[in-house]
Amino acid sequence: MKYACLIYSDENDAVANPDPTSPAFGPIMAGYMAFGEEAGGAGVIVAGEPLEPTSTATSLQVRNGEVITTDGPFAETKEHLGGFYVLDCESLDEAMKWAAKIPHASSGTIEIRPVPDFG
Amino acid sequence: MDPVGARVAEVVRDEWPQLMAVLYRDLGDLGAAEDAAQEAAALALTRWLDDGIPDRPGAWITTVARRRAVDQIRRARTGRDKAEQLARLEEPLRDGARSASNDDQLRLFFGCCHPALRVEAQIALTLRSLGGLTTAEIAAGFLVPEATMAQRIVRAKRKIATAAIPFRIPDDPELLDRIGVVHHVLYLVFNEGAYASTGSVALRVDLAAEAIRLTRLLGGLVIDDAETQGLLALMLFTDARRPARIDAAGQTVLLADQDRGRWIHEQITEAVDILDQALRRHRPGPFQIEAAINAVHARAPSAADTDWRQIAALYRTLVGLRPTPVVALNHAVAVAESEGPAAGLRLLDAPEVAAPLAEYRYYHAARGELLARLGDPVASRTAYRRALTLTGNAADRRFLQARLSE
Repeated sequence: MKYACLIYSDENDAVANPDPTSPAFGPIMAGYMAFGEEAGGAGVIVAGEPLEPTSTATSLQVRNGEVITTDGPFAETKEHLGGFYVLDCESLDEAMKWAAKIPHASSGTIEIRPVPDFG
Repeated sequence: MDPVGARVAEVVRDEWPQLMAVLYRDLGDLGAAEDAAQEAAALALTRWLDDGIPDRPGAWITTVARRRAVDQIRRARTGRDKAEQLARLEEPLRDGARSASNDDQLRLFFGCCHPALRVEAQIALTLRSLGGLTTAEIAAGFLVPEATMAQRIVRAKRKIATAAIPFRIPDDPELLDRIGVVHHVLYLVFNEGAYASTGSVALRVDLAAEAIRLTRLLGGLVIDDAETQGLLALMLFTDARRPARIDAAGQTVLLADQDRGRWIHEQITEAVDILDQALRRHRPGPFQIEAAINAVHARAPSAADTDWRQIAALYRTLVGLRPTPVVALNHAVAVAESEGPAAGLRLLDAPEVAAPLAEYRYYHAARGELLARLGDPVASRTAYRRALTLTGNAADRRFLQARLSE
């Protein structure tokens, strides 16, 4: 069973998301390295990527054949989608156990969504 | 219902959790298990009325339900797991029929009360799967339309299936938290039944009795859990006062004014025994302490004889374990009773108590009472007036208005 773990966090919070050039960035990166090693070593990680801040986002819709683009994310919210993992787990309990170890779980929110298996 | 009918219904209800646990174990599908259990229960209700209750009702009803499940799968199910399910169902039941182990039933409790489900869904699933209540009964109990409750249950079952929520007994580090979720669900069901003041009483199922039944069941499954026993004792104490809680005019009677002769004394005796057993395990918890506070009240021959010093000490312990503003308020009231209104008021006016309870009517009513006892009628009236502006409930308004006109 695959689960997408969507990592939501306030990108304007300098403690949770320090600037990559600041010294506070190191420990957070180290946390992700450690998670990657542990979950990767357990063979759980299918995929995972960080995302650039929402200030770089483009939202697009096609209406009546016309492409409408907007500068910015889909919705203006306090917490933003900052990255994701796809984890392969036995059950939701196992997915929850891993999600709790994602570094931003302690400052933001991890939304766990089952990935349907059409195979 | 006639006595035979009532007895039959009682036996069916007693067998229900075992039945569901066997069916869930063999089918791995909550909905299918419920359908088969429901059909077997309905058949038992009519058949036993005519033929009498069989010697081993559990064997009878489980055999029927499994046969129904086999028919159901043959008719409807396709796919990989069909053969596997049929094999499990057609395999003879181990050690006769009552082969639902304690663990099978516990798995149902933990699955229904999984933290990934919202609390309304946890309550509904628990009452349905372990309590054997119908959707209509649960809806009536919680005063929501039946369609709303049905949808709530369907949605929860869909999430269980889609997100692969496991029905398992949690491992040790999380076990304590998870059993706390089960306790919370049972406690909410109990409170809904014990303190419900609206709705047609005749139509409502007795949720307090249902919560007591389920807590007893849980207590039998996790035999050495002190907090489960504490919760059961708390429910029994509270429920024992039910006949005295409402007067002839349908008004709520405060504990201090209740006719203690109308309490159910044999239930209080049982609660005291259960609490004693729990406390001997030396694993204190909030429910045991709340039950102990109830035991002090139950022991007092009259309200004036209440040992407030002991109650204040118990609330102090509870503040340490569950530091909520409402517990702090109760602690202050108990201190006022044992050490005098000035000591109680000092606790009430502490900022960590006062600030979060600024909009809580009982906080201001308690302050009004203590200020009046201290001989400060002006400040007392101000506090009562504040309480009155926060009160929507008619009975509470009458009470506060009476205090203001004194």
